[in-house]
Amino acid sequence: MKWDEFFVTGDPMIYGADVSIVLTMVGILFYLTRYKKWKWLWTEWLTTVDHKKLGIMYIVSAVLMLFRGGVDALLMRTQLAVPEAKFLDSQHYNEIFTTHGTIMIIFMAMPFLIGIINVVVPLQIGARDVAYPYLNAVSFWTFFIGAMLFNISFVIGGSPSAGWTSYMPLASNELSPGPGQNYYLWGLQIAGIGTLLTGINFLVTILKMRAPGMTLFRMPMFTWSSLVTMVIIIFAFPILTVALALMSFDRLFGSHFFTLQGEGMDMLWANLFWLWGHPEVYIVILPAFGIFSEIISTFSKKTLFGYKAMIWSMLLIAGYSFLVWVHHFFTMGSGAAVNSVFSITTMAIGIPTGVKIFNWLFTMYRGKIQFTTPMLWSLGFIVNFVVGGVTGVMLAMAAADYQYHNTYFLVSHFHYVLIAGTVFGCFAGLIYWYPKMFGYKLNERIGKWVFWLFTIGFNVCFMPQYFLGLDGMPRRVYTYSEESGWGPLNMVSTLGGFMMGIAFLVLVYNMYYSFRFAKRETTGDAWGGRTLEWSTPSAMPPFYNFAKIPEVTGLDHFWRQKQAGKVEKLTAKDIKKIHMPSNSGVPFIMGSFFFVLGFGFVFDWIWMAFLGGIGVIGTLIYRSFEYDDGYYVSVEEVLETEKISK
Amino acid sequence: MANKTAANGHGGFPWKHLIGFLLSIVLTLVALWVALETDLSLTWILIIIFGFAFLQAALQLLMFMHLTENSTSTKLTGRVQVGNILFAAFVAIVIVVGSVWVMTAGHAKHDKHDEPKTENHGEHGGEEKSEEHGSH
Ligand code: HEM
Ligand SMILES: [Cu+2]
Repeated sequence: MKWDEFFVTGDPMIYGADVSIVLTMVGILFYLTRYKKWKWLWTEWLTTVDHKKLGIMYIVSAVLMLFRGGVDALLMRTQLAVPEAKFLDSQHYNEIFTTHGTIMIIFMAMPFLIGIINVVVPLQIGARDVAYPYLNAVSFWTFFIGAMLFNISFVIGGSPSAGWTSYMPLASNELSPGPGQNYYLWGLQIAGIGTLLTGINFLVTILKMRAPGMTLFRMPMFTWSSLVTMVIIIFAFPILTVALALMSFDRLFGSHFFTLQGEGMDMLWANLFWLWGHPEVYIVILPAFGIFSEIISTFSKKTLFGYKAMIWSMLLIAGYSFLVWVHHFFTMGSGAAVNSVFSITTMAIGIPTGVKIFNWLFTMYRGKIQFTTPMLWSLGFIVNFVVGGVTGVMLAMAAADYQYHNTYFLVSHFHYVLIAGTVFGCFAGLIYWYPKMFGYKLNERIGKWVFWLFTIGFNVCFMPQYFLGLDGMPRRVYTYSEESGWGPLNMVSTLGGFMMGIAFLVLVYNMYYSFRFAKRETTGDAWGGRTLEWSTPSAMPPFYNFAKIPEVTGLDHFWRQKQAGKVEKLTAKDIKKIHMPSNSGVPFIMGSFFFVLGFGFVFDWIWMAFLGGIGVIGTLIYRSFEYDDGYYVSVEEVLETEKISK
Repeated sequence: MANKTAANGHGGFPWKHLIGFLLSIVLTLVALWVALETDLSLTWILIIIFGFAFLQAALQLLMFMHLTENSTSTKLTGRVQVGNILFAAFVAIVIVVGSVWVMTAGHAKHDKHDEPKTENHGEHGGEEKSEEHGSH
């Protein structure tokens, strides 16, 4: 391979990206060295096992990925703004919609939610960390490395271009030669390890580490939604792992699982992909439901309406989510029997989702509603998500889906659920728990601007796409003719897209503005919350979270304590020494070896993959001989941190 | 915190894990040998390797997955354990039975690209009929 095949060449935009990447790198290195931050970076962040810090790193990565995916989106929208535009050629457009979809789902939506789960769930259940803090760091680093591996594809070797669904035979060596598709396979495979480990970690954490008195049916709704999400992750992700491995065998070692030759079954890939893919959409929506539940309850000053109904409907969804996958390929032609069955299961899954909408509405009913920004996002969610849900049910009818499938109607549907559901949820959760993470709120006035800009931009962008779809505009086309008449609505849609882009910039500005000027919180209870995370005396909980593990007597324990005027005040005799896990650099090093392994396989340099593999196994062996039982935080240190006098 | 006591609780060399690991490798290699090196018919190969697969799944559940262990410390753990296994069985059945059904029903069953073109498919029959129809 020559260097001009290794680096992507020829496109001025790519050269621009090259330059900006190099400049950013140099800038970061300079900053770290100039201000002697290397040690800080290593001890505070790269080796941390603290769930709150890992959570923040997840969220920061996710916001960066939202930026990258958003730039992709705006490039596509620019190309589609007018008929027969020459801004992107077809190959480039294909690469961009592939990386956009993959990044938004795998490297933006999931880590954003997992980040919030990391920060919040241990606090909500009154625990000092997760069950396996070290494993948690491994999760983060495998995710991060997977994401980075996938992201460098556009400057090194070329991006995948077979869609985030990577259907075979399009994704085969014959039709997608070169390293692009391998980036997809190995980026997702490595990040998938992290997701699976997160699933196990938080399942155990929630089941085993709850504060005394917190029975399952006293857990906050966000914790419940995380628990159900973890169950779905544990059972769905292995399907993706296997499917990716089989396709990797096809591409690297000449096997014939999904190829056209050698009796391979190309459609089996689609089948396996969606067996994972449909549960995946619930993985990215359930935690968002949990976030909205907390926020709506807090700002209506009422207990969540129908708490148990909510839980049962989520459990039902967890089971159902494995029974509907064929609705993604009704047009494959499995016949009337298969299509009818999956039509019905798909419509049925709308029912538990509908139940939840009513739960939220009844929670607000007669509540004292405060229109804070997190609450605005939650209200916006209810309205817009319903549009996505209703069109989803339209798509569920197999016969009708033959018309809608692969048109912009579908594109609009999944953006109405993913943006109005997942993205609104991430924003709402970020703003709501921001004081827990950083000790101050984001500015509310700017926050409302962000909300309105984004929500209006969102509708201007995607509402026209329903009509474009009904008018026959197919998805994944890089241009269209003047005569099609699709020009005007596309232009409107593009304007909406840029409005969302501006809203994102204002959000980032708000982070900067609030960092500089926001009033610092003096208590742990920034919003008048109901659940345990708000009960810590300081705005940002210390690394051990709770000086004394709380004892819980019912749902919304902290709220009821406040109402009764009986919030516990810690005294010196409550304090005992606290056992905490030690930091470790091994997860980060293991992640780096995974990068070597993945990069080797991407370019089919087996020696390099082999070296990376040895490194990964080496770190595993090292870990199994490491006898580190953590350490104790002394009573004095706790007293000092909690500002309690003896 | 919690894992400290748990880790010390087992103690000794993990024989169970080692044996399970070695047996798993042996079963895999034998399955590979049956598939690649013997002259058995396809049906028999499938039956045998499926047998090995189930054996290995059971082995792993026993040796690694603490299937028989019942930490009776709380009622909850027992119920969670049973629920987990039932849900796992449900998902496994859905994946296998569902995939076979979806991939063999309707047009999907023609998803074999290597069949010699001369063979008379049902579809071809249909085309011939319509040709006849046209000639009337
Ligand atoms: C600024 C906001 C966004 C805009 C303007 C936008 C626009 C687009 C466009 C133009 C496409 C390609 C249509 C085609 O197939 O030709 C697309 C596809 C897609 N988008 Fe977005 N999008 C946005 C945000 C998101 C978010 C937040 C997510 C996920 C959480 C997402 C998930 C997807 C997925 C999964 C696809 C399908 C990719 C594929 O078909 O390969 N998008 N989007
Ligand atoms: Cu689906």
